[in-house]
Amino acid sequence: MAIAASRHSSGVTHPVGKTAQPTTYRPGGTLIHVDHLTRTFESPSGTLNALEDVSLDVQTGEFLAIVGPSGCGKTTLLRILAGLDKPTTGTLDAPGRFPTNALVFQGRSVFPWMTVEDNITYGLKLTGVPRSERRERATALLRLIGIERFRASFPHQLSEGMRQRVAIARALAVDPDLLLMDEPFSALDEQTKLILQDEVLDIWERTRKTIVFITHSIDEALVMADRIVVFTAQPGRIKAIVDVDFPRPRDFLTVRSDPHFAERFRCVWDLLRDEVTIASRRSVEGTR
Amino acid sequence: MTRRRWELLLSLLGPLVVLGIWEFLSRTQIIDPRFWPAPTSLIDTMQQQISSGALFTNIRISLVRVLIGFMIAAVPGVIIGLAMGLYWPVRVFLMPVATAIYAIPKLAVLPLMLIVFGVGESSKIAIIVVSIFFLIVLNTMSGVMGIDPTYRDVAQNLGASRWQLFTTVAWPGALPAIFTGFRLAMGFALLVIVGTEFLDGNKREPNGIGWYIIRSWNLLKVDDLFVGLLVVAFIAWVLNLLLEVIERRLLPWRAEVM
Repeated sequence: MAIAASRHSSGVTHPVGKTAQPTTYRPGGTLIHVDHLTRTFESPSGTLNALEDVSLDVQTGEFLAIVGPSGCGKTTLLRILAGLDKPTTGTLDAPGRFPTNALVFQGRSVFPWMTVEDNITYGLKLTGVPRSERRERATALLRLIGIERFRASFPHQLSEGMRQRVAIARALAVDPDLLLMDEPFSALDEQTKLILQDEVLDIWERTRKTIVFITHSIDEALVMADRIVVFTAQPGRIKAIVDVDFPRPRDFLTVRSDPHFAERFRCVWDLLRDEVTIASRRSVEGTR
Repeated sequence: MTRRRWELLLSLLGPLVVLGIWEFLSRTQIIDPRFWPAPTSLIDTMQQQISSGALFTNIRISLVRVLIGFMIAAVPGVIIGLAMGLYWPVRVFLMPVATAIYAIPKLAVLPLMLIVFGVGESSKIAIIVVSIFFLIVLNTMSGVMGIDPTYRDVAQNLGASRWQLFTTVAWPGALPAIFTGFRLAMGFALLVIVGTEFLDGNKREPNGIGWYIIRSWNLLKVDDLFVGLLVVAFIAWVLNLLLEVIERRLLPWRAEVM
């Protein structure tokens, strides 16, 4: 297993979050080049450096996990990638057309006032995709996530796990070049989480979407990702990038029973432990 | 029996139980039947008032005032409330005015309305509008502000325009609070109109349910007075039920809270 610093490459600058017509990418190669990104937040209590000099290449078709202590700016990075926030300095570049994205949010994000089907096809409706096509797409996605019988249900009739499946389907529906996931399983119980991990792995195998995935769980990162980006405590910097080379296709059981699993877990944990200690000490001081 | 049926049954049972207790206390003379005539003894008076048409004329007059006032207040109230919830400059600009006027006891504004609009229908409708407008505005505003910001992020991430953000997130998300505002406003409107109609007690021709009540008091007809009170209670109940039915129709996704 190698620990590599993030690579740099030049590219055409594109405005953040701009959407365009979908095309397919060559497998491999850079999808997005994150170049010296900094994000500071101004508040009455002072300036907060959420991200500091973050450079990173997201490879086309890879499953990239981001781990780091709470409040290290992981979500800020994801929001910038999603076009919901702008960097203070630095740029996002893409070698070609700027990739489209869809973000799966942490916690409740499925619209309670829409049926499952309307939730899933929401992004398509926004871009004016005709009804018949939306229905077809919904059918395919409902089948993919295995909740066909809840098509006309409202979210309150569903379990938390089902709702999160709907959120994932809603993001997949717009067929984004880049799927962003912000701790999508954090609100789920352990069993449901394991099932959804396998489902997302399965979806990744089938679609080969580029996925950037934030998680608290080293287990989850090791099971799912090709590379793990370890963040420092705030201000968020990239401490290391860890390659994960368990054979694919994967599922959580085979990865966890892999003889090298413990060793790799330790490797990531060694990188993370100091940062978590710093972050928690700081939050204790903050409450005084 | 389904939950729905139980709800209907129980909501009908509540008023009946109260009437039953009243009947018992009055018949057993635990309370003075001269001032508290038993509900069954009011049936005669009620029938008489209904057949003469006097009751319905008054109900119609009051209801028309309430509904017109409600409409005039609700449409712009919701629009301004949405604007205040969505855009902070609008909110900061209008908030002091809204809270100040909202805090004034509504009937205190009546003399002013009489000066501006005269003693006819328009002043009565105006006072209803004034009393419920800001109630609807503030409820709508808090409804928009209470929407989880994640929903807005979802819409923006998937490329929603400003208008789409409004139609798919702000409006449906605020609707429950808007309906809460409507229900409160309906109650307020009824309260204010009855109080306002009291001022017309010296008129001879029917002039609303408030007029009917105050007239019964002037003539010391306790039975009529009670019929009037019952009618007001009944109207309030029916209007509330009506709004509830509309709300259920419009917001099937809220089934779990009702």
